[in-house]
Amino acid sequence: MLETILLYLKVMFVGGTICMLGQILVIRTKITTARILVLFLMIGAVLGGVGIYGYLVQWAGAGATVPITGFGNALARGAINGAKTDGLFGAIAGGLIATSAGVSMAIAVAYLIALCTSSRTKKH
Amino acid sequence: MRLEKVDSVQERNKLYLDYIEAKSPKSSWAKSLFHAFLVGGGICVFGQTVSDVLKACFPLLDVNIISSWVNVIIISITIILTGFGVFDRIGRYAGAGTVIPITGFANAIGSSALEFKKEGLVFGLGAKLFYVAGPVIVNGVTFSIIVGLIYSLIGLF
Repeated sequence: MLETILLYLKVMFVGGTICMLGQILVIRTKITTARILVLFLMIGAVLGGVGIYGYLVQWAGAGATVPITGFGNALARGAINGAKTDGLFGAIAGGLIATSAGVSMAIAVAYLIALCTSSRTKKH
Repeated sequence: MRLEKVDSVQERNKLYLDYIEAKSPKSSWAKSLFHAFLVGGGICVFGQTVSDVLKACFPLLDVNIISSWVNVIIISITIILTGFGVFDRIGRYAGAGTVIPITGFANAIGSSALEFKKEGLVFGLGAKLFYVAGPVIVNGVTFSIIVGLIYSLIGLF
């Protein structure tokens, strides 16, 4: 029980801190959403490629995998694991294989939701 | 505002930025950091809860598949909330707290879908779905291939 509470505190701490770093960046530089996503993705991908991010995932679970840095880590780890098992082909396909579930679901749900809801254009 | 009286573009842009600065609401540093921490951490805790429930229900699932499932569930919920207009309100409160978790990626796709639907299904919704989230995929995939190739080359020797 105590271990579970400790794990959830670690998840909260790591996930919250990554978001807080993003918020500091937003306040200081007025960075746009797309740029902040790309920046954090690349940080995660570099740390994942070098192998440091894996320790954070082991330590804090979803606190490290849910932020967009975890998405970058999954891309890099996918490519490395693909290279290990399937050689050159795995190196090319591995990144998207590891992250395809999220991306595919995002495309499908967004398309269907947009079809189902009427666009709320504000009346002037 | 005396935009029309100024000729040079730089000067006009500067005036406009000053205007935005004066008009946009001031939120205190500490408060917005706390909100980002709270909401961002909360989303991650929700993810961990989903992950633990999945692990308890399906003990044979691989760790990577479970974390993929968590992302799929969070992404779906985010886009549905975006569709109902709820997510924008959370986002205004949390700032980067909803942008940095995978919810930011999902919200970018969802809101593009809603926004560009009126430009048509093919060239609007279809083409501009990744208007904001596209750079993430482009940079991420390119980098992942580079990492994979480097790793393969190292493996050769």
